[in-house]
Amino acid sequence: MATVRLSFSPAPVHVRTARLVGVAVARRAGVREDLLDEVRLAIGEACTRAVALHRQYHVPDPVLVEMSDAGSYSVRVVDRAPIEAGIGLAALDADQLAAESLDEDDLTTGVGFALLAGFVEDLQVRPVEEGVGTEVRMVWPVGR
Amino acid sequence: MELSLATRAVGEHTVLEVGGEVDVYTAPRLRERLLELIDGGARYVVVDLGRVDFLDSTGLGVLVGALKRLRSVGGSFALVCDKEPLLKIFRITALDQVFPLYPTVDAAIGADPTGAGA
Repeated sequence: MATVRLSFSPAPVHVRTARLVGVAVARRAGVREDLLDEVRLAIGEACTRAVALHRQYHVPDPVLVEMSDAGSYSVRVVDRAPIEAGIGLAALDADQLAAESLDEDDLTTGVGFALLAGFVEDLQVRPVEEGVGTEVRMVWPVGR
Repeated sequence: MELSLATRAVGEHTVLEVGGEVDVYTAPRLRERLLELIDGGARYVVVDLGRVDFLDSTGLGVLVGALKRLRSVGGSFALVCDKEPLLKIFRITALDQVFPLYPTVDAAIGADPTGAGA
């Protein structure tokens, strides 16, 4: 059972709201203060990815964010885009990042995954159990 | 906090001071301003991130885009950043090896390898 559930139409303007709510619930759950910047960034990246996919595939459904503090602080960000889920994107190295051939969207996607993988120790990206879409699940320890 | 953008000239350099949150919603405004500057003839651009309190992958993509555009016209691009949380973002993404990063605007301008240093 999620402690807090938030769904928002897939527009960039709402990603900030999701970040703010996610950090507020994390603080309330007892996540260490020095981790909150990382929580904020990771939730933002997961929501940004979901919004980008909904817009790319013209999916008007809302993006779902579920936050739960049962034992640890876990956040699920669920999109409904018809793609193969997976975290198999390799991190881009410096030469690839600077390459003229890499367009901004691809670079942003690669950098977004690098940030998620770099800031979230317990990260899973997998297909949703029902219907189409992907779930990004992130877990942080709580200090209690 | 909303995005803030302010431009000033230091010798041949154009310094763009960025403040607030650079994310998927605000990054298009940053992109637009950088394009305006470059299309308007700015060639030695320093982006000061000193008052940025949030930067995501979209903002990083915009900054890389500006770097590439300036390099293609023989210009230079540098970032000013001395906040550890932001520096960690650059390290994790390997972008610390792509951008010239300096702790102050003076250091960025003084180190400009184009010879346009003030």
